[in-house]
Amino acid sequence: MFHFSNIIRTKGDPKIVEGGPSLKQPADQLARALGWFSIGLGVVELFAPRRVTHTLGMEGRETLVRAFGVREIMAGIMSLSVEKNAGLWARVGGDGLDAAALLSGLTSDNPKKGNIALALLMVGGIAVLDYRAAQDTKPRRPPRDARRKLYPNRSGFPKGIESVRTAARQIAAHAGQNEVKQGDERRVP
Amino acid sequence: MKALVWHGKEDIRCDTVTDPEIQDPRDAIIKVTSCAICGSDLHLFHNFIPGMLPGDIMGHETMGEVVEVGSGVDGKLKKGDRIVVPFTIICGECDQCKRGNFSVCETTNRKRHLADKVFGHTTAGLFGYTHLTGGYPGGQAEYLRVPFADATHIKVPAGIPDEQLLFLSDIFPTGWQAAAQCDIEPTDTVAIWGCGPVGQMAIRSAILLGANQVIAIDCLPERLSMAEAGGATTINFETESVLERLQELTDGKGPEKCIDCVGMESHVMASLPDTLLDRAKQMVMAESDRPHVLREMIYVCRPGGIISVPGVYSGLSDMLPMGAFMNKGLTMRTGQTHVNRWTDDLLRRIEDGEIDPSFVITHTVPLEQGPEMYQVFRDKRDSCVKVVLKP
Ligand SMILES: NC(=O)c1ccc[n+]([C@@H]2O[C@H](COP(=O)([O-])OP(=O)(O)OC[C@H]3O[C@@H](n4cnc5c(N)ncnc54)[C@H](O)[C@@H]3O)[C@@H](O)[C@H]2O)c1
Ligand SMILES: [Zn+2]
Ligand SMILES: [Zn+2]
Repeated sequence: MFHFSNIIRTKGDPKIVEGGPSLKQPADQLARALGWFSIGLGVVELFAPRRVTHTLGMEGRETLVRAFGVREIMAGIMSLSVEKNAGLWARVGGDGLDAAALLSGLTSDNPKKGNIALALLMVGGIAVLDYRAAQDTKPRRPPRDARRKLYPNRSGFPKGIESVRTAARQIAAHAGQNEVKQGDERRVP
Repeated sequence: MKALVWHGKEDIRCDTVTDPEIQDPRDAIIKVTSCAICGSDLHLFHNFIPGMLPGDIMGHETMGEVVEVGSGVDGKLKKGDRIVVPFTIICGECDQCKRGNFSVCETTNRKRHLADKVFGHTTAGLFGYTHLTGGYPGGQAEYLRVPFADATHIKVPAGIPDEQLLFLSDIFPTGWQAAAQCDIEPTDTVAIWGCGPVGQMAIRSAILLGANQVIAIDCLPERLSMAEAGGATTINFETESVLERLQELTDGKGPEKCIDCVGMESHVMASLPDTLLDRAKQMVMAESDRPHVLREMIYVCRPGGIISVPGVYSGLSDMLPMGAFMNKGLTMRTGQTHVNRWTDDLLRRIEDGEIDPSFVITHTVPLEQGPEMYQVFRDKRDSCVKVVLKP
C-alpha cells in the first residue's frame, strides 16, 4: 500500500508497510469539519459583514456580525485544538446567539424574511451537529471525585526511607562545613 | 516490525514498518525488550513541539539486546550485550561530550541546520523526537537502530529485571540532574512542581542528596500519594494555595530550591487566570509555552535560591517576572538531561538496592496497546503514572 509519509523519510529509516488502526473517532473528524466551517464562516462575517446583513435584510447590524465573526473564528480554532470539546460547546452557545439574532430580524416588514427562515433552519441543523460532536468528544479525564488507586507503599527505597535519610545525613556530616566562604567557588558549576 | 508511529495531533498508531538497518559503521541494532511512554511524548502527541512529521516513530526510553553491530563500533559493544539506550544520542568525542554536556553534543543532530536556525546552536540528536533534534526513529518498536552506538549506550548486567533499569534511559537521570543542579545542602527545602514520573524521580533524588525537606505539588491524589510515599510533604494545587502553603512550610522564607517537573503544558484552570491567557495565546500561536510554574517558582523561591527546570519548554514564554528573578538574585539551571553523566553512579545505586525506580510503573502492556495507553496516560485515567510497553 502507498503511504505518503514514506516519501519524506530519511533514506534507510523504517518506512510504513501496513498502517495500523487509528483511534480517531468519527466525532473527531466531525469536530475538525465543524472547526474549519466555523473559521470559514467567521472570516466572511468579519470581512464581508455587509454581504451578510444585506442577504438577511438586516442592514445596520454590521458591527454585531463582525463580533460574531470573531466569535466563530475563536470557537473554530478551539474546535481544532486539543480542547476541541470546549470549542464545540462554545459553538453550541454561539448557535443560540445566532438564532436569537436571526429571530430579531424576522419581522413582518423584512422583505428578506425567507432568507432568514432558511438561515434559521441551517443554524438549527448545525446546532444539532455541534451538540452531537460535543457530546461525543467529552474529555475522558476522570472527574475530581472519581475513585482512584493510591500508592502509599511505593517509596522506591528498598531499604526504607529512614535508612536513606540517615545515610544522607552521615554523608553531609563527613562533607563537614557547609557554609560558603568568600571566594568559595563551589557554587560555580 | 511493529512500531508506534506519529500520524498527527492525537493520532499515534501501531503500524507495521520495515526493520531498521545499519546505516553507518558506528550503528548498532537492538531488539527492544522494554520501552516506556514519557511526559515528553505527550507534548509530541499534542503537537506542541514543532517539527514532527507523519511517519515518525515515537519513543526515547528503550532497552534491549544488541543483535547487530556496525564495523566501527570498535569492540565497545557486541552481539548479545544488554543495554539501556540513553535518549540523547552522543558522539563521545566533541567538546561538549568531553565536558559531560552530552545533551548538547555537537555532532549527532543530523538536521543541525534546523536547530542552528531555531535555537542558535544545535543540540544533540534525540530518539523519537522532532526533526529539530534529528528526527531519529524512536524506540517504541520491536527493533531500534542506535546511531553512534559505541558511545550511546549504558551497559547493564544480567540478573536485574528490565523494570529496574529501563528508566536509566531518561526519567531517573532527569530527576537526578534536576536535583543535583540544585546544589542541595542539608538545611534546604526543595519544592518540586509536578508529580509525574519525572517529579517522582526528582523527589527520590532530592532525598538521596540529603534535602532537609521535600515538598511536592500536583493535583492528582494518586500521584501525591506516591510522592508522600517517597518522603515528600504534598500540596494539592486544586484545593490549596501553593504560595500560602509554601510560605507556611518554610517559616515565611520560601524554599531555597525549586524544581519544575511540569514544563510547557501546565494545567489550565479558571482559578489561575494566567493559564487561561497562555492557553488562548497558544491557540493563536502567539506564545508556545504555558510557563505558569516558572512564574510561581520565581515568585516563591527564597532570594539567592536556585530554580532547576527539567520540564520541557519549546519556544517562547510570555510574562516571566524578570524583575523578581533578577532582584532576588536567583539562578536558573535547565536542560535536556546529560544522561551518561549520571548513569554509572545511578546504576550502582540500583545494584546496591539504594533505590528501585520500578516503583513508578503502574501499567505494563504489549506494544500494540500503545496508542490506547497514550490516551490513558494523557487523561490520567486508571490512576496511571507510568506506562511500560513490551514489544
Ligand atoms: N529535561 C529532560 O531531559 C526531560 C526528560 C523527560 C521528561 N521531561 C519533561 O518533564 C516534564 C514532566 O514529565 P513527566 O513524564 O513527569 O510528565 P507528566 O505529564 O506525567 O507529569 C506532569 C505533572 O505535572 C502536573 N502539573 C500540571 N500543572 C501543574 C502545576 N501548575 N503545578 C504543579 N503540577 C502541575 C500534572 O498533573 C502531572 O502530574 C515534561 O515537560 C517532560 O517533557 C524532561
Ligand atoms: Zn523523556
Ligand atoms: Zn558529542
